[in-house]
Amino acid sequence: MISEIRKSIIAAIWFSVLSFPLVALKVDYLEKSIHLRWDNLAIIAVGTFFISYVWRYFLQRVEKSRQEEVSGGIEKVSSAKTETSAQKILTRLVSLSHSKPLIAILLVMIIAFPFASSTYQTSIIISTMMYIVLGLGLNIVVGMAGLLDLGYGAFYLIGAYTYALLNFNYGIGFWMSLPIAGMLAATFGVVLGIPVLRLRGDYLAIVTLGFHEIVRLVVENWDEVLHGPSGIPNIPKPGLFGFEMGFNGSTTYLYYITAVIMVIAILVIRRLNISRVGRAWMALREDEVACQAMGIDTTKTKLTAFALGAFWAGIVGVLFAAKSSFVNPASFTFFESAMILSIVVLGGVGSIRGVILATLILILLPEYMRFLKEYRILLFGAIMVIMMVFRPQGLISDAHHEYELTPRPAGDGIRPGMSPEFNSTTGSSSNNQ
Amino acid sequence: MKIVLQADKIGKNFGGLRALDNIDLKIHEGEIVALIGPNGAGKTTLFNCITGMHEPTDGKVNVFPPGQSKTCVNGFKPNKITELGLARTFQNIRLFNKMTVLENVMVGCHCRNSNTFLEAIVRGPRFKREEKQTLENSQYLLETFGLIDFAHHLAENLPYANQRRLEIARALATDPFLLLLDEPAAGMNPNETNALDQLILKIRNEKKISILLIEHDMKLVMRISDRIFVMNQGKNIADGSPQEIRNNETVIHAYLGTE
Repeated sequence: MISEIRKSIIAAIWFSVLSFPLVALKVDYLEKSIHLRWDNLAIIAVGTFFISYVWRYFLQRVEKSRQEEVSGGIEKVSSAKTETSAQKILTRLVSLSHSKPLIAILLVMIIAFPFASSTYQTSIIISTMMYIVLGLGLNIVVGMAGLLDLGYGAFYLIGAYTYALLNFNYGIGFWMSLPIAGMLAATFGVVLGIPVLRLRGDYLAIVTLGFHEIVRLVVENWDEVLHGPSGIPNIPKPGLFGFEMGFNGSTTYLYYITAVIMVIAILVIRRLNISRVGRAWMALREDEVACQAMGIDTTKTKLTAFALGAFWAGIVGVLFAAKSSFVNPASFTFFESAMILSIVVLGGVGSIRGVILATLILILLPEYMRFLKEYRILLFGAIMVIMMVFRPQGLISDAHHEYELTPRPAGDGIRPGMSPEFNSTTGSSSNNQ
Repeated sequence: MKIVLQADKIGKNFGGLRALDNIDLKIHEGEIVALIGPNGAGKTTLFNCITGMHEPTDGKVNVFPPGQSKTCVNGFKPNKITELGLARTFQNIRLFNKMTVLENVMVGCHCRNSNTFLEAIVRGPRFKREEKQTLENSQYLLETFGLIDFAHHLAENLPYANQRRLEIARALATDPFLLLLDEPAAGMNPNETNALDQLILKIRNEKKISILLIEHDMKLVMRISDRIFVMNQGKNIADGSPQEIRNNETVIHAYLGTE
């Protein structure tokens, strides 16, 4: 306790010394004098002390619960884990999100939302849903297959530009562009995937980062075909049988399209995760050597992950182009990729619910914290730091599908290809344990 | 008796080091062969050459999958070799830690199924059939190995001996005709080792799977193996029944040193 306070005091003094030239000194050029602003320094010192102390307090609690977990050791297998109250709330939330009534309520809320709020709000929710789909797509690559991809934004760009260019050059509409953009992005996913098959971890991250920059810079510099930094304007919103809608009407319409795509994405990705290919992805993430030794073609598995992940980015790209009716390379900087990756990491690697929750936090919070002005980015950073220190596994990490086993009485049943004798002896002995 | 694996004059160089030299190894159907030798003898390297983790510098590895003709697997990828019907475990346990015990075994069934991701999305008939089969087989294996109670636990939370058993269960899920076990009893206590050799015998007797195992526990080796293959410094120094090996001078010298 005392030592904690001492450490915090040292931190406060040290930080005051560091920030002294920035905060306390003020040069007055007119009078050629220097003012010392001690009050500013005092605020910094006291503030640092409190933040440092609170920080240490929580860190200690985390350490404590971790130690309990370790000392719990083998018991952990059979008994429930020691949980802090925050974790309990989280697990309850997770189990709640399984319940059908809640999902129904959420669906009704999604359907009713545009009628109950302004176009501005609807538009915010559209981007949130777009980021949910992006997060889910990247979650296939990073969360499930464990391939650290920092260039996901490139596929997003490819999707948006596919629609923009197809429309600009050939007048192809939204609905035709949607599958084309998805397929094209998936193809680019494979194109990126092939050279990086041998790479893992940091090296993969660097190459994918480079890929993103290459794509963006090509778009920025190829004026004749891709229109360069000035971008492509006047991209039409999706039409409804030639029916004319105003700005509000078309936003609402886009909202529903995005919502449907989001629901489809959730269903499809959930089904993928609990299938043969999903298990292969997870095995690849856990141990590539063992994965290959279990008869899984790692090449094919990686390329499927890249392609299916990129596909969703392409789809969302089209939505983005339709929503903003203008695309230029500046919308697809590395910050986009980093943002989507933050969603995946914050949400919990491999978890669909986690991605949704994280998107709500990371996209909606800065949106509704506009009164904080430039400090909202600071808040964003603080959330990320705090999360990574206190819950490095992400918001919802225990996302394991429980496959349903057939209940079987002791010593019952003959398995295909097995002799009954082998079956019954072992079956009963294991069940009686 | 029918031969299932025939390694012909296998040699493996790592730079200037000759890790394997002129190894001839034959395994017959339903045979349990133990591969023993002092540390650094090249046992695991031989395993890696057979399962495609390394490609042998010279010589040929031939396998005889049931119902298929002789196949030379030199240069095959490990997953192809597993598909042919050779499954292995690892010396340092390599489970999929953050997956459940059941999922680990289900991954083993992967190469015996062929549904694609599109079928997984639409839940097609082949997907449903194969998924049901996978689940049944995996459940059966877990019951056999006494791991069914831990089916939904993460593999990393299992005690050590159970992790070793799970690795064998996962290898069996690939439906092999030859099982290669790399030190399956390492780190087990005598009781667990006893249970293990019952299990190995059962796998051989009931499923007619041939077994090649590396093991340092001589009691286990003497109890269960039909034949012992002794290696030292990359060379095969003896090959015979447990009785013969026990009295073989060269082997004793390799283990205890010469006067």
